[in-house]
Amino acid sequence: MKTRKLKLSFFLYNKNSILVEWPKIISKNILEDIINFSNKLSKLKSINSRINGYNSLLIKYNSSIKSFEKEIFNLESLYKTKTSNLPTNTKNWRIPVCYEKKYAPDISYVSKKLNLSLKEIIRIHSYKKYKLYFIGFLPGFLYLGKLDNKLKLPRKKNPSTNYEAGSIGIAENQTGIYPNVSPGGWNIIGNSPILFFDPSSKEPCFAKSGDTIEFYSINENEYNLIKQKSKNNLNYINELND
Amino acid sequence: MIKILEPGLYSSIQDEGRESFQKYGVPVSGCMDSKSSNFANSLLNNPKNAALIEATQFGPKILFDVSTYISITGAKMNPLINNKKVSMNKAVNINKGDILKLGHSKNGLRSYIAIKDGIKSELLLGSRSFYNGISPKFKLEKGDEFKIVSFNEKLNSLSKINMKNTYESKYILVFKGPEYNNLSLGEKNFLLNNSFTISNENNRMAYKLKEKLKNKLKSIITSPVLPGTIQLTPGGEIIILMKDCQVTGGYPRIFQLEEESINHIAQKKTNDIVNFKIV
Repeated sequence: MKTRKLKLSFFLYNKNSILVEWPKIISKNILEDIINFSNKLSKLKSINSRINGYNSLLIKYNSSIKSFEKEIFNLESLYKTKTSNLPTNTKNWRIPVCYEKKYAPDISYVSKKLNLSLKEIIRIHSYKKYKLYFIGFLPGFLYLGKLDNKLKLPRKKNPSTNYEAGSIGIAENQTGIYPNVSPGGWNIIGNSPILFFDPSSKEPCFAKSGDTIEFYSINENEYNLIKQKSKNNLNYINELND
Repeated sequence: MIKILEPGLYSSIQDEGRESFQKYGVPVSGCMDSKSSNFANSLLNNPKNAALIEATQFGPKILFDVSTYISITGAKMNPLINNKKVSMNKAVNINKGDILKLGHSKNGLRSYIAIKDGIKSELLLGSRSFYNGISPKFKLEKGDEFKIVSFNEKLNSLSKINMKNTYESKYILVFKGPEYNNLSLGEKNFLLNNSFTISNENNRMAYKLKEKLKNKLKSIITSPVLPGTIQLTPGGEIIILMKDCQVTGGYPRIFQLEEESINHIAQKKTNDIVNFKIV
């Protein structure tokens, strides 16, 4: 267990929220440190909710913060307490993706631009485990990293207006999933038949910040089979607990 | 039940929103001017989170098929019941078969129509607030029907209160944002010593200002934002995030609106003038 603690900065965001910032780096270690800290805060009744980015955590309190200095002191002491006994409740997920051209409007462009065959793109995209950094942009939009440098491309200059639900996109060193029909600027290299966001459920999204995600390639028949199950098709995501 | 005969320009059902689901990427949503909506609910002794209708600029026409009480607050849209003028900021009796109609706003932008015990539209993630992708629709449409309960007793309401509408005031109170100190002295002075104009790009997600501020601020690593966060883009646009805003962003956050100022700006419309003042 790491004992060295990072230097945090605290900022009073509004009268009932505090923004905590870690060093300005995108890394797995920093994310894990944020999540460890955030989990410690989950027991505090004074806190309404916590939202994290790559290197930041916004803490929303249920009422106005009376003394910012005192609250910083509380947060810092909590940050420094040992975490060795804290169980990590992160999960690993395997998500089916159909990379066939019909479901991947930008895969030919990506192939040409990066001089990679479709097979190579699929292999590079699906061989590694991605860390789920946070959910943002849209309800259920998963920010995953780090994408292999071989697939690194900038965002589209002109965003598209209508991405299909389940679109798997890549941009810079990130890959992500568009859970619903939406506009977007990432290059789409596949589509997953899974229902990623269900507003009628108490836990609307299966995954959370800190989990890991892998993709595996499926063909069109398998895609349709899973798609038909619509609402209950979350069973097709295999959860691998290590 | 109520039936929407005409939806108005942009009307939606809102309540206090979804405070606890931002970690799933879900916007806070809820009433843009919560001071007015809270007031409307309190006039009917409703719970604070009772769902009501938020009308924008031009209000809806609604048929009531039960008798109950309503209250209308916020922007003045000349409300009529069966073509007869009704008071705002007061509990008003409405009968089965009556038609409520709101017109164009004369003062402010958003009106709130509260109904005794609230509108029973679908509860999703703890809220009835409309939001595209969460609720089945994001604004009212002609023919929509929603459940309400009838109320035939006498309502023990506060008598008419004169809530002072201060929509004319151009002062918007702000806190310094996390990246405020990255601004140069000249940029800070520009923001604090000038008037700014609300552009026609203003909605429940964000208000863009017409004036631009050339700047050399670096983008930040994507980080959380809240309703009321003011962002400055590399192109110089100043964007005030509102209740339906995304949960994270990569533009520098220069200011954060004070709670009351979010309500205040929610009543501002295209070409209105605002000045920022640090509290």
